[in-house]
Amino acid sequence: MTEYEAVIGLEIHTHLKTRSKMFCACSTEFGKQPNSSACPVCTGQPGALPVLNQEAVNLAIRCGLALNCTINKKSVFARKNYFYPDLPKGYQISQFDLPVTSNGFVNIQLPDGAEKRIGITRAHLEEDAGKLVHQGAEGIEGATASHVDLNRSSVPLLEIVSEPDIRSAEEARAYLDKIKSILQFAGVSDANMEEGKLRCDANVSIRPAGQKEFGVKVEIKNMNSFRAVERAIKIEIERQKQVLTTGQTVAQETRSYDEAAGRTVSMRSKEESHDYRYFPEPDLLPLLIDDAWIDRVKKELPELAEQRIRRYQDEHGISAYDARVLTLDKAVSDFFDAAAKLYAGDKKSIVNWLTTDVLGYLKTENLELSQTKLTPENLVEMLGLIDNQTISGKIGKELIVQILKTGASARQLVETSGRRQITDESTLQKIVQEVLAANPQQLAQYRSGKTALKGYFVGETMKKTKGQAAPQLVNQILDRLLKI
Amino acid sequence: MTISINDAGHVANLARLDLSAQELATYTEQLNQILAYAQELNKLNTDQVEPTYHSIETGTILREDKVIDFPNQAGLLQNGPDVSGTSFVVPRIL
Repeated sequence: MTEYEAVIGLEIHTHLKTRSKMFCACSTEFGKQPNSSACPVCTGQPGALPVLNQEAVNLAIRCGLALNCTINKKSVFARKNYFYPDLPKGYQISQFDLPVTSNGFVNIQLPDGAEKRIGITRAHLEEDAGKLVHQGAEGIEGATASHVDLNRSSVPLLEIVSEPDIRSAEEARAYLDKIKSILQFAGVSDANMEEGKLRCDANVSIRPAGQKEFGVKVEIKNMNSFRAVERAIKIEIERQKQVLTTGQTVAQETRSYDEAAGRTVSMRSKEESHDYRYFPEPDLLPLLIDDAWIDRVKKELPELAEQRIRRYQDEHGISAYDARVLTLDKAVSDFFDAAAKLYAGDKKSIVNWLTTDVLGYLKTENLELSQTKLTPENLVEMLGLIDNQTISGKIGKELIVQILKTGASARQLVETSGRRQITDESTLQKIVQEVLAANPQQLAQYRSGKTALKGYFVGETMKKTKGQAAPQLVNQILDRLLKI
Repeated sequence: MTISINDAGHVANLARLDLSAQELATYTEQLNQILAYAQELNKLNTDQVEPTYHSIETGTILREDKVIDFPNQAGLLQNGPDVSGTSFVVPRIL
């Protein structure tokens, strides 16, 4: 059977963190009453003229620098013409042949630890369209009418187009994670998919392994989460393999990802839909950017994930792997920095709690860090209690969940629950003796050479004390008692 | 290069223009006249000339990133074909 190789390119649209819209002074705030952030410009009233937002350009330059792009001294806005009710002007102002930034790259981490470079073709400025809400039914099929909200119309976007350098769904995910991290650390965008501040389309084709020419490209839309992007690409690669192995040809088209059904569905054929008749926007002069402007943005560029990863390794001796995990999400990395300042002990212990317990909790509960009650202060307070042996690490693992949920102080939780570590030697010794007495069979086996049973006695002691026994002390006592 | 009736029909369709056969013929002819005029440029060698995107040489004007609410949003809604609450209403879109 023929081995196939996938060729994938991603187009990522990200909102830029500006206060006002791209071409008018309306607010970009999310979640307001429909059409309350609208004016003649962003609703396409005749005669209204666009004026470019300086901050949108600043952020585009900043993002371009973070993506190792060339910042083009002269770029041009263009009209992309199509009709849709969320686009009141009948055209979207975008950039076409002269984008603001181009020719960049990012390095992604592959599962085996190797690095791979993914090329960035361009990152260009454009305006967002409005939002359609379909009325009268759950889905679009049964809708009786569509409601148009133009609050999002003309919100600044940066479209980041990758080279077709991606070879698997997993690589696509790693690339997406990387771009999200860069956007967040550079302060360019909140980059959350839930509020639609980051959207992603994928171009997917396959070709027999070793073949140079690309196969027929299919564009996939309607992927609403990072996980959906990964799944949709996987499913589409399989579909194309099926098509080719049954002797058919892949059609060049746009397909929509149906998450519930776990498949992609044909939307429209490409030739018809892409007749956008781009031409230079006559209402805007070319965007000119000089070296002084680029230098200014360079100076303001915040510390990026790559720099933090290096700093974590150099300053705190954190492993490269852990440093990467910490910096996948800026909120987590910021949290670590704040906690590290407060905590006098080994910073690696913050890393351990964050990367295992906290991130594990976020994953199972499907939450963002900011949606929990955990603060650097209450985490560090708990670490202090472990360090001075008031509680064991095991009790800490229970407390951290309560702190995440309620924001309670670890000290208070220990006070009220009485879950303080038992560090009194005579008390513990008594308990250990009871454990040994209650398990004569195991004790006999131990004495006849099965020394691995020590672990069993430790476990029984912990069980008996509901995890409150100080583990080192239990070990010491056992060593002493078992010698007899 | 010339524009055929089919080309003109295709562009008219993209622009949602409903033209009669007579209108289409007229516009095709006019479009070809415009094109022929622009093709005068082909007589010159423009290899070393930077494309002109605008007749004015300066860069675009920039605006400070400041929010100013438009005072007449109700007026905007009146320009819509149909309104429900503060939303424009259009036939369902598939």
